[in-house]
Amino acid sequence: MGVGTEDPLPEEQRTDVTPREVMDADEISRAVVRMAHQVLENDHDAEKLMVIGIPTRGVPLARRLAAAMEQIEGRAFPVGELDITFYRDDLRHQPTRTVGPTRLPAPIDDAVVVLVDDVLYSGRTASAALEALRDIGRPRAVRLAVLVDRGHRQLPISADVVGKDLPTAAAESVRLRLQETDGVTGVTIARAERES
Amino acid sequence: MRHLLSTADLARDEAESILDLAEEMKKVQSRRVKKLPALRGRTIVNLFFEDSTRTRSSFEIAGKWLSADVINVSAKGSSVSKGESLRDTVLTLSAMGIDAMVIRHPASGAPAQAAGWTNACVVNAGDGTHEHPTQALLDAFTLRRHFRAATGDPEADWSGRTVAIVGDVTHSRVARSNVLLLETLGAEVVLVAPPTLMPSGVGTWSCRTSNDLDAVLPEVDAVMMLRVQRERMHGGYFPTPREYTVGYGLTRDRLALLPEHAAILHPGPMNRGLEISADAADAATSRVLDQVAAGVAIRMSVLYHLLGGDEKIDATSLIGTKGQTA
Amino acid sequence: MTVIPLRSSVPARLLITGVALADGTTTDIFVDHEVFADPADAPDDVERIDGTGLVALPGLVDPHVHLREPGREDAETIRTGTAAAARGGFTAVQAMANTTPVTDTADVAREVAGIAAEQGACEVVVCGAITKGLAGEQLAELGLIHRATGTQCFSDDGMCVADPQVMRRAFEYVRAFDGVLAQHAQDPRLAGPDACCHEGEVSGKLGLGGWPVAAETTIVARDVELAALTGARYHVCHVSARETLDVIRAAKARGVRITAEATPHHLLLTTDLLTGYDTTFKVNPPLRTAEHVEALRQAVADGTVDMIATDHAPHAPQDKDHAFVDARPGMVGLEQSLAVVVDTLLTPGLLDWEGVADRMSYAPAKLLGLAGQGRPVAPGEPANLCLVDPSARRTVDPADTASLSRNNPYAGRDLPDPVRLTVCRGHVTYRR
Repeated sequence: MGVGTEDPLPEEQRTDVTPREVMDADEISRAVVRMAHQVLENDHDAEKLMVIGIPTRGVPLARRLAAAMEQIEGRAFPVGELDITFYRDDLRHQPTRTVGPTRLPAPIDDAVVVLVDDVLYSGRTASAALEALRDIGRPRAVRLAVLVDRGHRQLPISADVVGKDLPTAAAESVRLRLQETDGVTGVTIARAERES
Repeated sequence: MRHLLSTADLARDEAESILDLAEEMKKVQSRRVKKLPALRGRTIVNLFFEDSTRTRSSFEIAGKWLSADVINVSAKGSSVSKGESLRDTVLTLSAMGIDAMVIRHPASGAPAQAAGWTNACVVNAGDGTHEHPTQALLDAFTLRRHFRAATGDPEADWSGRTVAIVGDVTHSRVARSNVLLLETLGAEVVLVAPPTLMPSGVGTWSCRTSNDLDAVLPEVDAVMMLRVQRERMHGGYFPTPREYTVGYGLTRDRLALLPEHAAILHPGPMNRGLEISADAADAATSRVLDQVAAGVAIRMSVLYHLLGGDEKIDATSLIGTKGQTA
Repeated sequence: MTVIPLRSSVPARLLITGVALADGTTTDIFVDHEVFADPADAPDDVERIDGTGLVALPGLVDPHVHLREPGREDAETIRTGTAAAARGGFTAVQAMANTTPVTDTADVAREVAGIAAEQGACEVVVCGAITKGLAGEQLAELGLIHRATGTQCFSDDGMCVADPQVMRRAFEYVRAFDGVLAQHAQDPRLAGPDACCHEGEVSGKLGLGGWPVAAETTIVARDVELAALTGARYHVCHVSARETLDVIRAAKARGVRITAEATPHHLLLTTDLLTGYDTTFKVNPPLRTAEHVEALRQAVADGTVDMIATDHAPHAPQDKDHAFVDARPGMVGLEQSLAVVVDTLLTPGLLDWEGVADRMSYAPAKLLGLAGQGRPVAPGEPANLCLVDPSARRTVDPADTASLSRNNPYAGRDLPDPVRLTVCRGHVTYRR
């Protein structure tokens, strides 16, 4: 469903004109390790720290991030996923959306929740995720970790941890592919044109 | 999906999608905040021409937990006698700009007729002796959970499963919806009833039929006992309640004929001692209370499937939710 | 196209040239006021109609229509119902007794006959009720109604005279004036108020109350014995089932004085049309399956069924816009009757035009004892004529009607559009 990519155009309406790779598999791996260090640095004293991915690509990314954190810290961090379909503010402007699972490894009350998404764009996905979390419990703190921040925010949202800042034009689209979901790994950027 | 009038309208992937989402809804119900913002700003009218506290309140809660505005309209008593036609009642409510109409009516076909008169989505909440699709969906939901728990396989499906539906099939909207849905899902259905309570033309249905409950019970994975309505007891369909129980009741003795894993279902309310014995109703494999508990989750799922998006934008079916049960 | 009540017009003079008669011969027809005359006597300045390719049938007679007046003038009146009849090629109809008040007294019969004489676009026979209020208990004023209007035919149509003793007494009583009882055959126990769909696969699936064939057949079988016992005339309304046809066939073989009618809708439409719960298709007796339709067509062809009757049953929308079981049964039929007969009987070769003339004119006129109707188109005979274009077709539009009601089951169907001109006793009651 591509909920994780904050692309204003649904995939089927998008024509990628000469997609250009801006991060390859190695760069992504290094970025994830860097992000893991930053997360741990910010919340090194947290007793309950959990990593929650926002579908679709935020979920495998969350697993990668947690694995990297485990490498550094020598202990496992609980991983989960949070479906935000019901909280999307554009629900009524789309065909009925498939609802994904919400799997939380433990109650989120008093935990530090690290929300993970692939691309931060308008900020609407992150905002919906915050709303969804509020209905589930009361975390001590919520952090936002994204692999790519491409700018063009429409809401007062900012990420705590960013893998790569990527200046883009609004007409461009940024796409993350991961081995786990797409069979290849890389971040590409392309001019998006609406099909007439 | 524009309306839910009959379970025959559901393709297998749509039905599975409703069951899958109901699992998610069920999880939401264990949360402190049970309300989801999914249908904020939508208006649902429960239009009940027949009393049914259980069905009405579960639709009402389902709508409210999805943040819709829910209005109950009781239109009990014959609209014919009040001089207003069914069409006028439907047009009047439609004119108020509602998004969905949940209709319970003592006459078969009334929701289907209403769907032709309104732009709102219509959900059949039970029409006469025709269908009761959400009841069949919650039965299927309960059964699927039962099969998955019994086998330990979270992906267990319906192939090779046999479900017996026992009792007054002729007058049962639950039975009709269940036959159609269970067969869509891939299960085999056996109808068991005295010949007087078998629907006309049942020979053309794709399910099997039998008048011998004892012969059927050993081969089933679930048995669904239908309620015997009071008016049938004196309608000449069978000589006495006692004879009915001996022939078609799930008595204590018959329990022993059921395979150990087989689930016992009843749409309620039960006539204990008539179609179902207390031993059967309270057996460890009885899923009667699970059926009741599934009502709200199923109706939330149905309402979301109907109203969750903008139906004017190419309404795609909700597929691709495989493996989402946690 | 116009329809003119008989009273407001004067008999015409018309010469129709080169037209085929029902027997296939080609001739000229001279309508000379109220009678057909020798075409050789037609003056030069008379209106001429080119009849090439057309067929001249005797004016059609419908032994079973509901004109709703008095009581439900919002659904139909004698004026609009007979106008619809004229558009359908009819020059006489019998108006059933289930009006409000019921035609169970001479006064009501006289009132209906009076309105018909004033406003009718065809002849109207007033059918009397068999029992008071159609309740099936006490005899209506059979003799007084007969004296008042000359009617010989009595029926509780809409309701079945279920009590065998009441039916027996009625049979015996009307023998005094050789009356005939037209039975709406429906055992009220086997097919009660909830029965609204042919009992079978469709009723089982839709959860609609079943109307079993046996509810019709058993009543007809019983009535046949009562007719035999009393020697009275018996007419079966709107026979719908194959098994009933067997009973009628056997009764005729025994010499019982029995006639039967079939409706156009039972000759064309089947029960699967009920799948969408469209109450337009609710009718009593119900639409049945294709096997019954086929048996009915054969029975009209072989004469087991003597005549076609529309059971024209106009209803206002507010009587149809209910849940299926609550909606009023019945459908209009006058304007499409001949069209359906052409498609289901003539075109397949089951009847020729002479057969159509018999089933739609001679036989019903005989049943009703109408001396001036059901006569051949020939010099010296009363000028009752239905001029037919066998090749015209059109898609049925329920709004294009002289009836006040729109409950037309043929809506959207492509059907023949045969009637070009209707002449009733020399009055042009319809032309297009």
